[in-house]
Amino acid sequence: MTADDLVFRALADPTRRFLLDLLFQRDGRTLTELESELDMTRFGVMKHLRVLEDAGLVVARRSGREKLHFLNPIPIQLIHERWIDKYRERHASALINLKTQLEDMA
Amino acid sequence: MATGNESCTHVYRVYMHAAPEAVWDAIVNPDSTEQYGYRVRCAYDLRAGSAFMGFPSKEMRSLGLPNAIVDGVVVEVDPPRRFVHTWRMLITPELASEGFTRVTWDIDGGRFGVTRLTLTHELAGAPAVARLTSGGTEDEGGGGGWNWVLSGLKTFVESGKTLGTEGADPS
Repeated sequence: MTADDLVFRALADPTRRFLLDLLFQRDGRTLTELESELDMTRFGVMKHLRVLEDAGLVVARRSGREKLHFLNPIPIQLIHERWIDKYRERHASALINLKTQLEDMA
Repeated sequence: MATGNESCTHVYRVYMHAAPEAVWDAIVNPDSTEQYGYRVRCAYDLRAGSAFMGFPSKEMRSLGLPNAIVDGVVVEVDPPRRFVHTWRMLITPELASEGFTRVTWDIDGGRFGVTRLTLTHELAGAPAVARLTSGGTEDEGGGGGWNWVLSGLKTFVESGKTLGTEGADPS
């Protein structure tokens, strides 16, 4: 299975998309925290996290005795670039646009 | 229980077909850093404790950007494995006022010529910077944050090409 296939497979499941949404809201969560948001056994949540880790969408880090889960958006970015980004050009203007937009907000 | 600090940390990981030394060079060599992402030229003095600044290209400066876009202090240098520095966004006073965050680049060489790059950005007390670096201002024209920088770095390291230009009109 290619890297892209692993990402698409991981994203094909609603529970796994929900886990990614949880980490998007607040990153660096333990299995126990994630489990409390789902009506599912601990083992079930672990299995889903494993699929997300295999796809590179979740990066697990040890912090003391805890294992924390972080959302890694890069695999989705790479797919986005392969499918969409080559059709547009934006790098040259990004910083300028950013500055204008932030100044407009202030 | 999480202490709360972890939720202010963002982690980005990307795999590249390249040697760790090539990835290291793409991160610390100013001629390389201006080839991808926001095209910021980052001139580091690779010693712990030394300050650095990141400069926009001449073209962008002429369009009214400040002279330095980011600044920080080098914390740890272990080529080609680990680079740690503080990082402050200077593009607007609001972002600059959030102060220094901390960026760690971990480079792990693996088998089959694949290198894993993990960027950890500790963002406690810097919500506006976090929104920017996580790509939250992309739809408003702010660029895609680290996401975009690191995928551009991957393209640059693997192919020598600059992301987003391959389909562009050369004129």
